[in-house]
Amino acid sequence: MQQVFSIPKSMKKDFKYTFCPGCDHGVAIRLVAELLDEMNLRENTICSTSIGCSVFLYDFLDVDCVEAPHGRACASATGVKRARPDKFVFTYQGDGDFASIGLAESMHTALRGECVSAICINNTTYGMTGGQLGPTTIMGQVTTTSPYGRNREYYGYPIRVAEQIALCDGTAYSARVALDTIPHINQAKQALKKAFEVQLQGLGFGFVEILSSCPTNWHMTPQEAHIRVKEEMIPVFPLGVYKDITTEKGE
Amino acid sequence: MAGSNEKVLIKGNYAIAQAAINAGCQCYFGYPITPQTEIGEYLSAQMPKLGRGYVCAESEIAAINMVLGAAATGVRAMTSSSSLAVALMQEALSYAASDELPIVLVNVMRVGPGLGYIYPAQGDYNQSVYGGGNGDYKIIVLAPATVQECIDFTYRAFYLAQKYRNPVILLADGLLGQMMEPAYFRENPYPEVDVSSWALTGAKNRDSRAIYSLGPDEKKQIQHIYNLFKKFEIIAENETSYEEFETEDADIILTAFGSMTRNIKAAMKVLRSKGIKAGCFRPITLSPFPNKRINELAGQGKDFLVVEMNMGQMFKDVKYSVGGQSRTGLVNRPVGEWLSVEEIVEAVENFMEKSYAASIQYS
Repeated sequence: MQQVFSIPKSMKKDFKYTFCPGCDHGVAIRLVAELLDEMNLRENTICSTSIGCSVFLYDFLDVDCVEAPHGRACASATGVKRARPDKFVFTYQGDGDFASIGLAESMHTALRGECVSAICINNTTYGMTGGQLGPTTIMGQVTTTSPYGRNREYYGYPIRVAEQIALCDGTAYSARVALDTIPHINQAKQALKKAFEVQLQGLGFGFVEILSSCPTNWHMTPQEAHIRVKEEMIPVFPLGVYKDITTEKGE
Repeated sequence: MAGSNEKVLIKGNYAIAQAAINAGCQCYFGYPITPQTEIGEYLSAQMPKLGRGYVCAESEIAAINMVLGAAATGVRAMTSSSSLAVALMQEALSYAASDELPIVLVNVMRVGPGLGYIYPAQGDYNQSVYGGGNGDYKIIVLAPATVQECIDFTYRAFYLAQKYRNPVILLADGLLGQMMEPAYFRENPYPEVDVSSWALTGAKNRDSRAIYSLGPDEKKQIQHIYNLFKKFEIIAENETSYEEFETEDADIILTAFGSMTRNIKAAMKVLRSKGIKAGCFRPITLSPFPNKRINELAGQGKDFLVVEMNMGQMFKDVKYSVGGQSRTGLVNRPVGEWLSVEEIVEAVENFMEKSYAASIQYS
């Protein structure tokens, strides 16, 4: 009998996801693992991990990993890449890690055009600590620290990460994707592949923002959470490729 | 400038930078701050020529986290900074200690607290030895007193960091960083350290590796901390170092670290010429601290007078080491001109007249 589905080689044997039911982290990590397999990168990879729900990455991915303090994954990845320019280096971070506490490190890594790839999971909240207001919490959204909803007076506005990273001259690729539907998951994989390729080609910083569900902290079922991604998140955070220097003419 | 027998006149900061190159430092990441900026300037010129890593980091926080990443791959990496900006690096130092990453941090101290100013000072003894980071961890701290030692201790810092997989701080000060002195760049005397058993280089022909401090398993976390402290006991056993001068017949032992050592040696000579039996004791490793030796000397009835440019930070460790066996005094000034030989001599004379532990502050 032909086997048509298997666990990627870049995932650990006998792992069990510890994420909440319906969380998109599992899908995102699987896409990364599939690409590491398909692009034959596993044995040459060093991952700079982060703090938050993404912290457990090294329980699942079977690659070398170094832990970075909260927000510093891009700085740590810079160190890894400068020390070992021949290695494939990527970060896997949440939105709080990448775009709040670590925004300076993230943006300067993009501005320097470091040949690393960064993945930012945007679920509009701090997941691990129980659903507080974060840099991507959308206007009106109720969280445990915005009980009356996000408003301008107290909280200001959310950041559109993929657009901001695209503005950096050192960025080779910046895209926003989602994991709410099969076509979107397939597009996400293509975007991740591109963000990996620009690193391998030495073109600069490769970035993908992934809109993800957090059913637990959104107080929704997994199905409802994916409907929220489509109806509430995508209008605020439009999907698309915001920069791709491999397709721009005259650059 | 490696392995040369020729004496050169060189500034402390440049000496540290060149010594790092000689020691095989593959990556330097830094952010400017007086009085250590020359280290980064020098390396920005030299590292690209050598094909080594250099980044003008966006902050001290980024700089030290770049060092963490580089060190995790097994290469020698360092950053340098000064006092208030070293404070920004404390979180990463705690991570590095827990992750057992061999990083080297040069702190060319200036005055604090807060912004303070660019005068030299020794106010980061506590920050270095006791750490400003969270949790139980220990750092190796080396305190040079001359430009020559800036070179020699930089070699030693890189070696100890990798040998014990522990962060090392080279604790210099603005005086050392900014002054020129004749020095030799001798050959790095320390052997290469094999890092292949733990360094991250990609999971090729071996299992994948993860370097992290996350400890959800309580038993493992407890064991991890015990292991870190057991390791530091071995470090203390093997690496504790100090210098003593004329302590054998001394009634009073002047004690200082770093560049203040220079003045206590000169004061000792003046005191001896006046018939006062003075000696000098100078910890080279501030952590591990040479408490056993101080305890032995105090047990022989010798008094200790600690001379330092802070409010008495090392004084507490000396007093603890003396353990009440003899008197411990403090001569200090937190800011400004280094305590002069005359001031130290006067303080010793005052101290010897009194029957109780003296604390003499100069302003």
